[in-house]
Amino acid sequence: MKREQDFIVNGETVSVVVDTRDTLLDLLRDRLGLTGTKEGCGNGNCGACTVLLDGAPVNACIVLALEVAGCDVKTIEAVAAGGRLDRVQEALIEAGGTQCGFCTPGVVLSAKALLERNPHPSAHEIRAALAGNLCRCTGYDKIVEAVQAAAAGRPNG
Amino acid sequence: MKEFEFSAPTTIAEAVALLAGGARPLAGGTDLIVQMREGRRAVGHVVDVKRIPELTAVTPMPDGGISIGAALSVTRMAAHPALARYPAIVESGRMIGSYQIQNRASIGGNVCNAAPSADAIPALICLGAQAAIAGPQGRRTEPVEALFERPGRTRLAESELLLAIVLPPPPARSAAKYLRFTPRREMDIAVAGAGTWLRRDERGVVTEARVALASVAPTPIRAPLAERRLVGEIPSAALLDEAGILAAQDARPISDTRGSAGYRQELVRVLTRRALADCCAQFGSPVDVA
Ligand SMILES: Cc1cc2nc3c(=O)[nH]c(=O)nc-3n(C[C@H](O)[C@H](O)[C@H](O)COP(=O)(O)OP(=O)(O)OC[C@H]3O[C@@H](n4cnc5c(N)ncnc54)[C@H](O)[C@@H]3O)c2cc1C
Ligand code: FES
Ligand code: FES
Repeated sequence: MKREQDFIVNGETVSVVVDTRDTLLDLLRDRLGLTGTKEGCGNGNCGACTVLLDGAPVNACIVLALEVAGCDVKTIEAVAAGGRLDRVQEALIEAGGTQCGFCTPGVVLSAKALLERNPHPSAHEIRAALAGNLCRCTGYDKIVEAVQAAAAGRPNG
Repeated sequence: MKEFEFSAPTTIAEAVALLAGGARPLAGGTDLIVQMREGRRAVGHVVDVKRIPELTAVTPMPDGGISIGAALSVTRMAAHPALARYPAIVESGRMIGSYQIQNRASIGGNVCNAAPSADAIPALICLGAQAAIAGPQGRRTEPVEALFERPGRTRLAESELLLAIVLPPPPARSAAKYLRFTPRREMDIAVAGAGTWLRRDERGVVTEARVALASVAPTPIRAPLAERRLVGEIPSAALLDEAGILAAQDARPISDTRGSAGYRQELVRVLTRRALADCCAQFGSPVDVA
C-alpha cells in the first residue's frame, strides 16, 4: 500500500511516496538514489546497510521506512560533506582498512557513532562495536588500527 | 513480503483496538521484519508500538521495583540508571546480536518472539519478572515464566499487547547471572544458556534458588532438581558441581545442527555451575569451579 510521507534524511526534509513494505534501505537506495548504503545479507547480520537513526547505528534492511518518519536519518553521503573526508575515512585509507569497500560505509558510520559515545575506545571496545559490520577483505586488524588512529587524532584530526 | 497495512498509534487503547482487528505488534522488528522478509510470517497489518510513550518508558514501581516498557531498545534500557540494580538483565540484553541490533531490539520482543534460545528470558525468569499485558478485556499480569507455549508462540492472545516487563526489587543478599554458549563470541544463537539466581541469609545459607535454561527444551524452562539441591546449603565447589549435574538432568534438549542433545546437556552442566559460581563471587564468597 502506497502513501506519501515526509522523512528527514541527511538534514533535509523530503516527501516521498513509499510502499508500506519498503525498508529504510529501499527508501534510501531506490526512492532517494542514495546508493552509498549497501545491501549484503538483507537480514540484519552483515551491517553493510548501517545508517544512523537519531545518531544510533541500525541495520536499514530490517527497519521499515515508515518507522522512521520524523526521525533523523544519516547516511554515508552526509559524512564527507563538502568533499573533505572524515577522520575515520582518512584513517581507513591510511591503514589499509578498506579494500573492496562494500563494508566501508557501514564501518565508517559504526565507528563514528562509537567515537561519539566513547572518544578513546580500547581495541576490544572497537571490536565489540564493529561486531555487526562484517568485512570479507581486511581481516579486521587494519580496521581496528584505523579507528584507533582516528581516535588518537591521526592522521586528519 | 506480502502487502500489509501500517499504523503507528500513540496510545495503548488504539493499539489494542488494532490488534483485536487482526494486526501484529512491531517493536524493534529484529525478529518480525526478518521473518516477514523471509516469508516465514505473513502479517496483514503491522502496528508499530514504539510511539506509545508507556512502551518505551522505564518507571519506578511502588514496591521499589521497576517497569521496563516492552518496546524499549536494549541499548536504551542498558543505559538507564534504574537498571544498575539488575546487571544480569543488562548483560543478557547486551548479548542480543550486534550493537545495531541492540539499538532496535527490545526485551518485550525477545519475550514475545518466544524462541527457546532467547537470551533475555532466563535472567527475567530468575529475577521473578512479571509481564504487564493489555487486551480488549482490560489488563492482567502474568509471571514471564508462565508465558511460553511452544517455540515461537506465547500464551498471549493475538489481541493482547505486552506493555511492560516488571521486575521486583532485588532482595538483600541476592545475585543473578546468565551465561550462554555460542560458537562465535557475538552474533550467534545460543547452543545452550543457563541463568541462575541465589538468595542467602546472613550466615551464607541459600534460602532460595532459581535456575532457568535456554535452548534445551521447546520453551525456556526452570531446573527444579538443581534448585532444590541448592536450598539450605552453603555453596561449595562440590555443591555447585552437583547442581550443574542436576540441571543437565532437568534439561530436555534435542539434537540439531547447532549441537547434539548430549553436548547441550554437558553445556548446561558447565554453564549452570559457572553462573552459580558467579553469583557466589557477587556475594563476596568466591567458590572455585572449573
Ligand atoms: C542479526 C541478529 C542477531 C540476533 N541475535 C540474537 C541473540 O544473540 N540472542 C537473542 O536472544 N536474540 C537474537 N536475535 C533476535 C532478536 O533480535 C531478539 O529476539 C529481539 O529481542 C527481538 O526484539 P524486537 O523488539 O526486535 O522484536 P520484534 O521483532 O519487533 O517482535 C518480535 C515478536 O514479538 C511480537 N511483539 C513485539 N512486541 C510486542 C508487544 N509489545 N506485545 C505483543 N507482542 C509483541 C512481534 O509481533 C513479533 O512476533 C537476533 C536477531 C538478528 C536479526
Ligand atoms: S544488508 Fe542489512 S545487515 Fe546485511
Ligand atoms: S573491504 Fe571488502 S568487505 Fe570490507
